[in-house]
Amino acid sequence: MSTAAANPPVVHPVLAPGHTYRSVTDKISAVVLTQKTPAWWTMSIGISCMILGVFSTAVIWLLIRGVGIWGINIPIAWGFAIVNFVWWIGIGHAGTLISAILLLLRQDWRTSINRFAEAMTLFAVSCAGMFPLLHLGRIWKFYYITPYPDTMGLWPQWRSPLVWDVFAVSTYATVSFLFWYVGLIPDLATLRDRAKHVVARVVYGILAVGWRGSARHWHRYQMAYLLLAGLATPLVVSVHTVVSFDFAVGVIPGWHSTIFPPYFVAGAIFSGFAMVLTLAIPIRALYGLHDFITLRHLENMGKIMLATGLIVAYGYTVETFMAWYSDNKYEIYMSLNRFTGPYRWSYWALLACNIATPQLLWFRRIRSNVPALFVIALIVNTGMWLERFIIVITSLHRDFMPSSWGMYYPTIWDWATFIGTIGLFLFLMLLFLRFLPMISIFEMRELVHQTNERNSRGHNGASAVKESPVT
Amino acid sequence: MSESGKHKHKCPAASGRRPEATTKPTLLQDTGGDGQANGFAVTSATAGLTTSGRRYWRSLEELAASKEFQEIVEREFPAAASEWKDDKDGVSRRNFLRVMGASMALAGIGGMTGCSRPPDAKIAPYVNPPESVVPGNPQYYASAMPLGGYGRGVLVESHTGRPVKIEGNPQHPASLGASDIFMQASLLGLYDPDRSQTIEEYGQTGTLDRFLHAFDQFVRRLGKTGTTPGQIASNDDLRRLGRSNVRLRVLTETTTSPTLLNQLQVRLPAVFPKVRWHHYDPIGRDNAREGAKLAFGRDVNVVYGFDKAQRILSLDSNFLADHRAGVRYAADYIARRRLPRQASPDLTMVQAADHTSAWQSRLYVVESTPSITGTMADHRLALRHRQIEGLARILAARLGVAVPPAPGVLGDVDPAWLDALVEDLRTAPKGASLIVAGEYQPPVVHAIAHSLNTALGNAGTTVFYTDALEGNDNAGDVESLRSLLDDMDSGQVDALIILGGNPAYTAPADLEFTRRLLAFSNAASGVQKKFFSVHWSAYNDETSCNCQWHLNATHYLEEWGDVRSFDGAASIIQPLIAPLYDGKSSIELLEALAGNAHGNGYELVRDYWRNTWGVGDFETRWQASLERGVIDRSAAATFQPSLTANPAAWTATPGTAPDVNSLDLVLRPDPTIWDGQFANNGWLQELPKPHNRITWDNPILINPRTAAALGLRNDDVVSLTLGANQVMGAVFLMPGQPEYCLTATLGYGRTRAGRVGNKTDLSGGFDAYRLRTGASPWFVPGIKIQKTNARYRLASVQTQQLMEGRDLVRHGTSLSEFADPQPTKEPPELGANQDPRKFPLTLYPPVKYDGYKWGMTIDQTSCIGCNACVTACQSENNIPVVGKDQVLRERIMHWLRIDTYYSGPASLGDMADAEVYFQPVNCMQCENAPCELVCPVGATVHSSEGLNDMTYNRCIGTRYCSNNCPYKVRRFNFYQYSDQTTATYKLMHNPEVTVRSRGVMEKCTYCVQRIDRARIDAKRLLSSAAQAATAQEKAELETQARAAIGALSTACQQACPTEAIVFGDLNDAQSHAHELKYQGPFKDLDYGLLTELNTNPRTTYLPRLKNPNPRIKGT
Repeated sequence: MSTAAANPPVVHPVLAPGHTYRSVTDKISAVVLTQKTPAWWTMSIGISCMILGVFSTAVIWLLIRGVGIWGINIPIAWGFAIVNFVWWIGIGHAGTLISAILLLLRQDWRTSINRFAEAMTLFAVSCAGMFPLLHLGRIWKFYYITPYPDTMGLWPQWRSPLVWDVFAVSTYATVSFLFWYVGLIPDLATLRDRAKHVVARVVYGILAVGWRGSARHWHRYQMAYLLLAGLATPLVVSVHTVVSFDFAVGVIPGWHSTIFPPYFVAGAIFSGFAMVLTLAIPIRALYGLHDFITLRHLENMGKIMLATGLIVAYGYTVETFMAWYSDNKYEIYMSLNRFTGPYRWSYWALLACNIATPQLLWFRRIRSNVPALFVIALIVNTGMWLERFIIVITSLHRDFMPSSWGMYYPTIWDWATFIGTIGLFLFLMLLFLRFLPMISIFEMRELVHQTNERNSRGHNGASAVKESPVT
Repeated sequence: MSESGKHKHKCPAASGRRPEATTKPTLLQDTGGDGQANGFAVTSATAGLTTSGRRYWRSLEELAASKEFQEIVEREFPAAASEWKDDKDGVSRRNFLRVMGASMALAGIGGMTGCSRPPDAKIAPYVNPPESVVPGNPQYYASAMPLGGYGRGVLVESHTGRPVKIEGNPQHPASLGASDIFMQASLLGLYDPDRSQTIEEYGQTGTLDRFLHAFDQFVRRLGKTGTTPGQIASNDDLRRLGRSNVRLRVLTETTTSPTLLNQLQVRLPAVFPKVRWHHYDPIGRDNAREGAKLAFGRDVNVVYGFDKAQRILSLDSNFLADHRAGVRYAADYIARRRLPRQASPDLTMVQAADHTSAWQSRLYVVESTPSITGTMADHRLALRHRQIEGLARILAARLGVAVPPAPGVLGDVDPAWLDALVEDLRTAPKGASLIVAGEYQPPVVHAIAHSLNTALGNAGTTVFYTDALEGNDNAGDVESLRSLLDDMDSGQVDALIILGGNPAYTAPADLEFTRRLLAFSNAASGVQKKFFSVHWSAYNDETSCNCQWHLNATHYLEEWGDVRSFDGAASIIQPLIAPLYDGKSSIELLEALAGNAHGNGYELVRDYWRNTWGVGDFETRWQASLERGVIDRSAAATFQPSLTANPAAWTATPGTAPDVNSLDLVLRPDPTIWDGQFANNGWLQELPKPHNRITWDNPILINPRTAAALGLRNDDVVSLTLGANQVMGAVFLMPGQPEYCLTATLGYGRTRAGRVGNKTDLSGGFDAYRLRTGASPWFVPGIKIQKTNARYRLASVQTQQLMEGRDLVRHGTSLSEFADPQPTKEPPELGANQDPRKFPLTLYPPVKYDGYKWGMTIDQTSCIGCNACVTACQSENNIPVVGKDQVLRERIMHWLRIDTYYSGPASLGDMADAEVYFQPVNCMQCENAPCELVCPVGATVHSSEGLNDMTYNRCIGTRYCSNNCPYKVRRFNFYQYSDQTTATYKLMHNPEVTVRSRGVMEKCTYCVQRIDRARIDAKRLLSSAAQAATAQEKAELETQARAAIGALSTACQQACPTEAIVFGDLNDAQSHAHELKYQGPFKDLDYGLLTELNTNPRTTYLPRLKNPNPRIKGT
């Protein structure tokens, strides 16, 4: 007690002191409107365009030749495409979680990261959404999976989780987009008002859909935003639950498991926050946003990663335990194969990435060490990709009939498609950073207001957080 | 000097020279009309007339790029043509132009060229369709497929004049309605676009008339040498003289064709008194022939009765895969192995009997390399090739045949094992045992088998003798070939006709056939044209390019002919289609050489049989023979040859002394591409070889322990050296292979097989013929092996061959093992007494199948792993070939596969004596199909008859169904695998089955197209029955309807020689499938794969039952 009193834990504020409405607005809108395009941005967009070129080549070749260009086979009929799909979808969870759930839970630290987390969600979902399409043997018939008015009265087969996927992912993408866009409107109006260039004024003006900032606008806006948050909240849980059904509904050992929905959702949040950190840390440094994205944000995200990482670790443990407890020879073999089979490297790497590494986050010193957090986030991103690799590949490669066991070797096109979507993601992200306010201006102004109020009432920042009023 | 005098030809590269598949699917023979094909612009032709004489001709020919023209001229003006054709330069410009002008005019008029040829016979004149032909309904014709000279009866399914499927002929003794991989795959051989499509002279396109003219010219020139100089003789005189002078040699493969033999032995000698017939077959029966001569003093043909034998010993004989009678032998052998039917009086015996059950015969196999016969054995002994003769000698001595003992000792053989074997053979009822010697073993082993069979009283009960069927001169193939080559070297041969085969590739390396043939052919192409060499074959292959002429052969589905089966029964080969590439049959060719240029195969075969049958109604008998597919009363008479030799004089064959230090190589015909003649057959190349399941290559098989001693792993490239010959191949560690004994199969390493079969960097294996010697064709003692650093990937379709303790192939030695529920084998809640078929574990009400309910049972006791079903399925269902690259990527398309598992010690090194189990796996047609649940578009759905149907045009290719299939029987078109552009393949495809496109999942359908046809037939009959006038008529029609369903069989079932696959209506208590699943002694044995997943499969399995000798330990 005394030591705690002697060394009170440093609680970083969610907004560095000294900011006014104007300084906040200036700083954020300047990135879009007045700052000279930084050299690193130009270079990065160049690189991401090149990767995008790789992606286009891979996709065009895929359309010409067929999915045979990938390493998939019988028994491993799903390869990188599905691994990447699940990985990207998982990443896409953080944005909505931050925007919606943390909004409803009145976590004001979400304010400075929600905008680009949402953008990240959108872009990740775009990347994810491409894979189920690209992996189709006959992509030109993709619409069979939707309930379109077919003259022969054929509908999708509703028992298949893939159909649920279509609805889950498209709903999620739609709601996420709306949520993001609605949140952008007041800021777009700000940009419109501040823009000097006529084109910018017109474009931002159109996008701002006539926002004038009247009280009625604000009233309706807040209601809509809250409703959308309420709508998006269950989606955070449902999307990855449905994605996990793709596997859980199957009979294959390693797939056929009831733990999958919660474990997938936790994993998704885990990887989502890892990706937010992966993006936030460099952006913060490059644009000098240390005042807005403070250590407090990074630390909180570290905590969420730790928590969800533990759930994921629980998932791994239960899977193995259940394999043993079930006394099912196929499940037992599956587990042993993960430990000792030809893909054992991936399993042990997974444990190192997803279970061992996040334990460092128990230590405040590491949580508040930005480079360490960045490295941990990257490792977790890798680990979560490996998790999906293990679920898809190692479950399929040795299932029931030893005669049909096989190996999966990704081809250059598998890698090109995967890396290509990273290029696409970066490309979109860079455009977003350059042309839209990456941090919500008006919400930051609210935050300034609250902070000032709190300060004027004589509270210090640390204790004020818990009492912050509804935004 | 003319240019043609300088022909020194070498084989051009295998590719690039072959004309593109000119696909004129001549359902009806084209009667002339060649004018168009031969037409060329007169202007371009005359533009070349700038120099003199012969140069003109060459230039013209080059301009027109066609030798056809030459032939047209020749055909129209033979006398004038000879003027410029002769090897002299002095054709005057005037003469030449006169000839040219006239013939050009003729050539330009379409159809005129046809007037000099007799109209070809139409074999299926569809102008007035026969009454029996209903469009859409297939027709079936009986014929016979020759392989290695012996015929197996086939029934060919023909759709509007196109043969699309081959089945065994139930009336033929060698097939009994079943088939093997070669019969099934011969269909692809017919439509192979790489088949030779033209006649060639030194690689230039020619015509048959041109060839015959050249031959005639050659003969006449020889006639000229017989006349005094200055004497003027007519062409006829010259021809007559020449024919009597020409030292003609005909080299054939083994043949039993009565018509062809008659031509070789009677017709040709009558025309060419100096003709001599040689024969060489890479997979002949030299050892058996010599063995018979040792034992009986004469060559005999041996026919075995496996259905009558209780104790069988095979000395390195792979009789279940014998190319003459393997199909029949498999049926006979399994007839005494499978569980007796319920109705059988043996049933009580079955239930009472245990290890020494009388209903099951017992098979001992001693072999030097794993074979499917060894796999089916109750006791298999892997022994080095060189030791088997020694073992045979010991057996002979102990069973009362006094042969000199083997030198040295048999180190590896357990004496107790040998005692038990001797005792078992001795105590078997007289005449109920059988000893079979393999062709690969030296003659002495054959002779010992003959004398043992005689001693045990088997002759006449389990082994039968007939006269040899090959009509040979009693000489061995190698001997015959060697004498031919010696004569060629010493100028004793004027003209060489190689009738089929590919001796340049298949001849033993030490005979140096290619070099000597090339020397002969190059001399043949000299100015004087002293010699003449011709190769008639289906492919323009290694031999063709070393001969002066190549003539394209017909496929057996394109020709009239005849052939005998293993027991002498003769069949007429009738064509199903006019020659696709205008080939000539061997019979027609010989007739043409004998002077009748337009001899018609149909007439020639009929003439032979008319003369043979003599009196009586020829037409009736001919028709009956065609319809039945076999000529009645034509089987050879059996007799009892007497042992003439003194076994004491049978000394040891060289190279059989035990020698632990040397490494031996045994050579075998390849299980799928045979001697190499099927190298260009994609179905057979991609057919997994038994046991190792390798495709597209021939591995060097090696015992795992020997491999460890030599530091070899799978896919390591080694060089094998014998004398000056060296080959490089990849090794494969093979459980069941004897130590220090390698095995390589023949037929690979082809250079001119075609686009599919040619050796490439990726596939095609190595040429094991380079290690073959004439003296010891099957066994190479003391081979040198050298490891290289290279690696070569072998494409095995099954990399995991251990069952991992899973209950997949159930096996046992007595029924009592299966009588009790085995809780250890299945989860308790799904034990044998709680069959999910009776207690469906589902929340939904059980689905009623009111109409038909299709199901299948596969008897693993009967399955010999011969792969016939796999090829039949491929043929029936238009299953594409994917190539080695795709096989390596684990994308093979077979809907039905033969899983092969080893049981026994877990380590490969200890698996020399591993038990092997074959398990055919097709779609299980689960009633609770996991695949159906997950398909997002309903492309795979359940039918009202319980089939798990695929709707190809609904499939979008998510592949989820395959992932969720526990049996992994679904196959995906990762690329556009089906060839939808090659015209001949379009002809080949079964019109009743969709040709799948890229991105579509496919799988076994239980041959739903056959089910539909049978159901439609039954429905039609039943609706007629409903309107029948009398009760009797009604009952008759209903019986017919039942029979239509009862006769229904899937392609795999129909092909299976051992009836291991039984398919039928499970709602019909009379059906065989129902019986196996729910009745008699079978119902407790019948089990489903992975039923604990509650898939409730419609395909179920009967266990593998063995009958081991209780006196032998470890059984």
